Amino acid sequence: MTGRRRPSRGGERREPWLLLGLAGLALAYVAVPLLALLQRAPWRDLGALVRRPVVIDALALSLTTALAATAACLLVGVPLAWVLARSRLPGRSLARALVTLPMVLPPVVGGAALLLAFGRRGLLGGPVYEATGLLLPFSAWGVVAANAFVALPFLVLTVEAGLRAGDQRLEEAAATLGASRWTVFRRITLAQAAPSILAGGVLCWARALGEFGATVTFAGNLQGRTQTMPLAVFLAMESDREAAIALSLVLIAVSLAVLVPLRDRWLPG
Amino acid sequence: MRRTGRRRLPAVAAAVAVVVSLGGGCAGTDAAGERELVVFAAASLTDAFTALGRAYAAAPGAAGAEVEIVAAGSSSLREQILAGAPADVFAPADAATMDQVVAAGMASDPRPFAANRLEIAVPAGNPGGVDEIGDLDDPELLVGLCAEEVPCGSLARQALDRAGVAAAVDTNEADVRALRTRIEAGELDAGIVYRSDVLAAGEAVEGIDLPAGANVVATYPIAALTSAPNPAGAAAFVAFVRSRQGERILAGFGFERP
Repeated sequence: MTGRRRPSRGGERREPWLLLGLAGLALAYVAVPLLALLQRAPWRDLGALVRRPVVIDALALSLTTALAATAACLLVGVPLAWVLARSRLPGRSLARALVTLPMVLPPVVGGAALLLAFGRRGLLGGPVYEATGLLLPFSAWGVVAANAFVALPFLVLTVEAGLRAGDQRLEEAAATLGASRWTVFRRITLAQAAPSILAGGVLCWARALGEFGATVTFAGNLQGRTQTMPLAVFLAMESDREAAIALSLVLIAVSLAVLVPLRDRWLPG
Repeated sequence: MRRTGRRRLPAVAAAVAVVVSLGGGCAGTDAAGERELVVFAAASLTDAFTALGRAYAAAPGAAGAEVEIVAAGSSSLREQILAGAPADVFAPADAATMDQVVAAGMASDPRPFAANRLEIAVPAGNPGGVDEIGDLDDPELLVGLCAEEVPCGSLARQALDRAGVAAAVDTNEADVRALRTRIEAGELDAGIVYRSDVLAAGEAVEGIDLPAGANVVATYPIAALTSAPNPAGAAAFVAFVRSRQGERILAGFGFERP
């Protein structure tokens, strides 16, 4: 970084109060609702609430489906990010807009679109069901599919930014030294982009873990099969608000347990 | 969750109600009928209450009334009312849900105004070949119910219990409209919904009667809320729903007298 300033002495070392104030506001905005949740939490019954089979089933399903969706997104998302960042194929800006779409689309609409594509009477789902009897909705694979749909942009956009920031001269140097394009991709490009791939993977996993709208629309809701934590929270909200808060706390605790160490150890910042 | 009416989001309806109640001076507080009326109604009442709201607004004495129907799962609406949503009228799909609102002091004197039977709904053409409630235990069929938390779900489970059928359920939907939509689209082979829903779906859905001994009748109570921003309008709307004309409109949507 060329524009870096030397650390200065005296009064200049202090952070500008305006920035501190606004930053504090942002932090408080996220923290206050969380505190409100903690304050309303049924601490005494928490142990019993979170050991209910419905919670254990939902948590196990949420963790495995979010992980599976992240793996699927990594498999196809990193190559897509590479194409967007490096290739000279036409229509890249259109492809970039397309991959951003699930971010702006209301998840419920995303779920409905998935049904129209992969449902039993869907564009692709229909013929596949007729031929094989295989069906994504109402199965855990449906949850993975819904998760992957909404989480993919988080991975692709993060990795694409990471690839753009990488030093392409290293790739050119490797190529001139006789490395094949595949070797260059694996040994140079991927290695350079590793932090952004990890960051994108974590974002993707976190988004999948909290996914609600597309899942409930596409996969349905059945304990042990398609009822993830957000779905369990939503239904508990309607009957037992304390249980809903307890469930939310579990989800928050699990997410923090994964995100905080990762952020400290691996992610820049 | 599905909400219908002129405005779909309860938050919007609530915000509108707040704005109207705050700015009552310019919205015409002198005539109760001119003020906005927010009605929280069970998802199964969506179409019937939209029609009732229109007829009420057109009735003499209520000219200019703006009726907002906020339709969702009864229990979800109850939670919103208990959390202070500024609604005027509440019409859930069962007495238990209403009782909780009454117990919290948020409503008084609920009156039953309609009844609704359960039916098995199948997509047009009955692709799953469902003949009776006993078929719902077939794991090969895609069967949906309402979630236990909402009235249509608890009633459906009562009916299944009475018939001695352990249904092979593939999904528990948050409200009856969501379930009906899945059946209409052919994503499910069968589900247990209200007769009014089968009627409302027209050609897209076929209804199969439950055996007389197994059927459960949902009775809908209605009450004005004690914190109603528009108490006069709330009372007038409740009276209208329970009037001869209201009864006729409800009958047109498949509801029976309580």
